Amino acid sequence: MAQEYLLRLYVTGQTARSARALANLQAICEEELQGRYRIEVIDVLENPERGEDERIVATPTLIRELPPPIRRIIGDLSDRDEVLHGLELVGPGQREPLQ
Amino acid sequence: MTGGDQPAPAGGIDKLVTGIPGFDAIARGGLPAGRTTLVAGTPGSAKTVFAGQFLAAGIRRDDAPGVFVTCEEGPADLRRNFGAFGWPVDDWEADGRWVFVDVSPDPDEETVEAGSYDLGALLARIEHAVERSGARRLAIDSLGALFARFPDTRQVRRDLFRIAARLKALGVTAIMTAERETEYGPVARHGVEEFVADNVVILRNILEHETRRRTLEILKFRGTQHQKGEYPFTILPDAGLIAIPLSAMELTQHSTDVRTTSGNEELDRMCGGGFYRDSIVLVSGATGTGKTLMATEFTEGGLAAGERCMLFAFEESREQLMRNARGWDVDYAPAEEAGNLAIRCEYPEVAGLEDHLVRIKEAIDRFRPDRVALDSLTALERVATPRGFREFVISLTSFIKERQIAGLFTASTPSLMGGASVTEAHISTLTDSIIVLRYVEMRGRVHRGLAVLKMRGAGHDAGIRRFSIDHRGMHIGEPFRGVEGILEGHPVHVRQTDEDA
Repeated sequence: MAQEYLLRLYVTGQTARSARALANLQAICEEELQGRYRIEVIDVLENPERGEDERIVATPTLIRELPPPIRRIIGDLSDRDEVLHGLELVGPGQREPLQ
Repeated sequence: MTGGDQPAPAGGIDKLVTGIPGFDAIARGGLPAGRTTLVAGTPGSAKTVFAGQFLAAGIRRDDAPGVFVTCEEGPADLRRNFGAFGWPVDDWEADGRWVFVDVSPDPDEETVEAGSYDLGALLARIEHAVERSGARRLAIDSLGALFARFPDTRQVRRDLFRIAARLKALGVTAIMTAERETEYGPVARHGVEEFVADNVVILRNILEHETRRRTLEILKFRGTQHQKGEYPFTILPDAGLIAIPLSAMELTQHSTDVRTTSGNEELDRMCGGGFYRDSIVLVSGATGTGKTLMATEFTEGGLAAGERCMLFAFEESREQLMRNARGWDVDYAPAEEAGNLAIRCEYPEVAGLEDHLVRIKEAIDRFRPDRVALDSLTALERVATPRGFREFVISLTSFIKERQIAGLFTASTPSLMGGASVTEAHISTLTDSIIVLRYVEMRGRVHRGLAVLKMRGAGHDAGIRRFSIDHRGMHIGEPFRGVEGILEGHPVHVRQTDEDA
């Protein structure tokens, strides 16, 4: 039952927004996925090819690589409900569907 | 322009050629170098082709690499679409002269928005692509797709402004395409003109009387010259956009000064030695004045000189046409059998004008004639809107000229005695020479008169000459003496002076 989560966070530079996104992500993961997640931070300024490969346009972008399917969340992850929804960490009954 | 991607100086700001025939003349040299130009248009207005052609021109003409940022279509689609225009994008990618920055959305991936963001990654990728390839040209197609995908419009606008500023700092000449909702409404959606306000080109795709009409207009080029107003353009399958700068048309250099016979010796003399090989001649006159005969002599003259000839007839059946020709001692059959002559007779009503245009072009490219006669434009005018007709003539004229083919078109005047034909009024600026045929009533008798009204870049006999028609064809005689107002259709006898004599 305990699925491993691989989360890649794409940012551009050491900005306040980048730092905020990482802190928000870490907090959520500690609460929801303790012990079964891994976070990789990729700075697109330093690794533009990685940004190219993943076709990153907006930053921060969080990509859930594992478990499948791949999910993308953009923003500084300050909207906790949306992050949980994006990572599929809430059941369908617990939340109103989008739109 | 020769060598390097060197902008041509024009009015203080350097310009960069777009490679879009005609546009560079309208834009007085091309797009402002080192700036961003907004290319705005409704869906289907050929914005993407414009952008692709701009990059292709940089590579072809100046060996200058380009970056194509695609926000809507995937690179695979664009490679295929651009390939159809003859731009080998995959080859250029392989040798590093064309770089895609793929910003197109993945339809299988849902994106959730959770908090604030910016398009920093897009800027980083664009900068990386420009620096890696040494690009001098860049296109972003289209901004609308970005706005559709990222709902924070203010943030997207801010980021696009940053991108434009960064491109300027990098010395890159850029095109950003943007959507419009209406052909004559606001410049673009989402207020994008605010951050690339310096240079705006509008592409239009207007449906008018069930006929499609494409035009482009340079709305503004800050601090530099350009032609004003809307100019028609077409999209050719193997070449991309071709704009037709009507008023600038006279500026274009004619590639040949080679003369070719009109098929009538005296008319050749009146024109100062014949028609130019790549010129378009309009023959205008009332019914029965001899227009079809001129088309016949033009064709026969070409055949006699060993040229390949094509005759498009829209007024008469094939039998009628052959019979007419025989009546003037011209037999088309041997030349047709020998493969030097192609005759196509069609009723205008069998197809729309656009279809006629395509058929004519295809037929010309298949047969590769040295000269083409078309009898008559007026018949084709019946199946078109005025604007559609004008564009037909523009397109056909530029097509023929490009191939250095001599063309002769006929047009009918509505009244027997004179006045300009509707066709003539429409297209006189497009043709190199105009010959008018008139009935002239003098002392109770009707004569025929001929005048060369306009002859591109050369002197010609400005007199109005009598002519007659018999079983050997057209015979041009002496000028009318002592009469004025023939062209207007109201001949008035004046007393002869020594000067006239």
